[in-house]
Amino acid sequence: MNWSLFWDLTVSGLTLGSVYALIALGYTMVYGILKLLNFAHGDVYMIGAFMGWFALHWLGGPVNPSATAWLVVVLMFLFAMVACGGLGVAIERFAYRPLRNAPRIAPLISALGVSFFLQNSALLLFGASFRDYDTFHLIGAKTYNYKDIFLSVPQLLTIVSAIGLMIGLTLLVARTKIGKAMRATSFDREAASMMGIDVDRVIASTFFIGSALAGAAGVMFALVFGQIYHFMGFLAGLKGFTAAVIGGIGSIPGAMLGGLLVGLAESYATGYLPQGSTFQNLYVFALLILIILIRPSGLLGKADVKKV
Amino acid sequence: MAATQPLLALRGVSKSFGGLTVISDLDLHVDEGEIVSVIGPNGAGKTTLFNIITGVYRPDEGEILLEEQSIVGLDPHQVTNRGVARTFQTLRLFLNMSVRENVMAVQYGRTKSSPFEAMLRLPRARREEREIRQRAEEKLSFFGQRLVGYRWDQPAYSLSYANRRRLEIARAMATEPRILLLDEPAAGMNPAETQEITELIGKLREEGRYTILVIEHDMHVVEGISDRVVALDHGVKIAEGSFDAVATDPRVIEAYLGLRKAETK
Repeated sequence: MNWSLFWDLTVSGLTLGSVYALIALGYTMVYGILKLLNFAHGDVYMIGAFMGWFALHWLGGPVNPSATAWLVVVLMFLFAMVACGGLGVAIERFAYRPLRNAPRIAPLISALGVSFFLQNSALLLFGASFRDYDTFHLIGAKTYNYKDIFLSVPQLLTIVSAIGLMIGLTLLVARTKIGKAMRATSFDREAASMMGIDVDRVIASTFFIGSALAGAAGVMFALVFGQIYHFMGFLAGLKGFTAAVIGGIGSIPGAMLGGLLVGLAESYATGYLPQGSTFQNLYVFALLILIILIRPSGLLGKADVKKV
Repeated sequence: MAATQPLLALRGVSKSFGGLTVISDLDLHVDEGEIVSVIGPNGAGKTTLFNIITGVYRPDEGEILLEEQSIVGLDPHQVTNRGVARTFQTLRLFLNMSVRENVMAVQYGRTKSSPFEAMLRLPRARREEREIRQRAEEKLSFFGQRLVGYRWDQPAYSLSYANRRRLEIARAMATEPRILLLDEPAAGMNPAETQEITELIGKLREEGRYTILVIEHDMHVVEGISDRVVALDHGVKIAEGSFDAVATDPRVIEAYLGLRKAETK
């Protein structure tokens, strides 16, 4: 067995998986609270990648950054996360909240509308051409290795910061006031509101956090793979959604696991399966179908406990 | 009417859904420390009344005053924070949480720790967590033998039906309300449990110092607990007074049993 190929695929799978996991978290959190599939989520991720690009260029660009590279990268993340968080809150406020009590199909259609709106706005405002983060100039081509396992700096950065964000989110949901309010709201919104929980604020916070994570994912993807364009959110959004469903939609650890599985599957498919580099998406979605056939509620999802 | 201002007062409250009038020009008041029961046949508008008081529905007309301040137009969570807590006819527990967590969940609104303090378990967050836990256990202890310690860590879905009702009351108590609204607390209970609920509601007032507005179908419970009974039919108040007076009121009998029965009485 060619171990160096295996480790290469594993590292790139984990990198990709981290990105998908962060996208999946936003899907799963919003679904958990509103039972809404927020199909605009992939486009929030795309906007995040662009916001990171703008931050990079406001700070002097990759060739002559006005601060040290690390600081620039941190600021890119912060800017993209805050901008996407704000965008998520605005989307909820104007596209979903007015439909809160409408039949479930209505906000779903609204989400598709927002998705097209964001894609075409990006096309109009940012143009149709690809943009490049040019991480080679910003960070350099240094790699770290342990025996056969090679990690580039952006890959390491992506995996480590994704793990950091996931730990942060887990602690937030488990320990803080807003996290506890989220869990109560996701179980029974009306009862939560009558127990003194401001449901509108909880929902807005959920959108802020989920969208900020998508923004971070956009910057990560662009740091590793370089190129961004207005339509990049479509497939990434689908993969994130797939990851959320595989993990069990509504489940936060499920989204993390699902993301990593999808990333690894895609990466291994590229290296090991026939025609894998052309048809990696075929294999990923086949995996989705297979898992759903065996476990309809996803790997870590619970079958609905129906209230009597 | 009492000389002092009532704790909760509804004046001329009406609500209709489309063409259907559910509550019509209703006056109702509950004095501090009083237990008032609302009775009426199915569809009389009792649960709608609770939904109007708690801010789920906005009345079309009329005033709702809590301690002389209007609570019309407030969101449900704001009404709860002003001191109105309720239980549900169809239980609405957080079944995914443990018994203790259910009672803790409603108290976090009053905590002051920032997310960072809570995530890192800094001293203030730990202290607040301890206080909330203590208060939750205090409320649960109110139910004595029925909700004892070993059950507190069990998930709420493992509780019996009667214990779920008790837990809902404990959760409502933990919001530190001025007034408790209980929606059919004895529904679905056997005679022994019903008897217990009757005693419990009395104990809630004696020891817990709660003011209580209760919807109840079981006339033994109503008889056992009420200072005053209000009978509704089709959203209109048809009788008000002591249990004996209301239970023998011909209009109440007519509403429950139909006209012919009332005539022969």
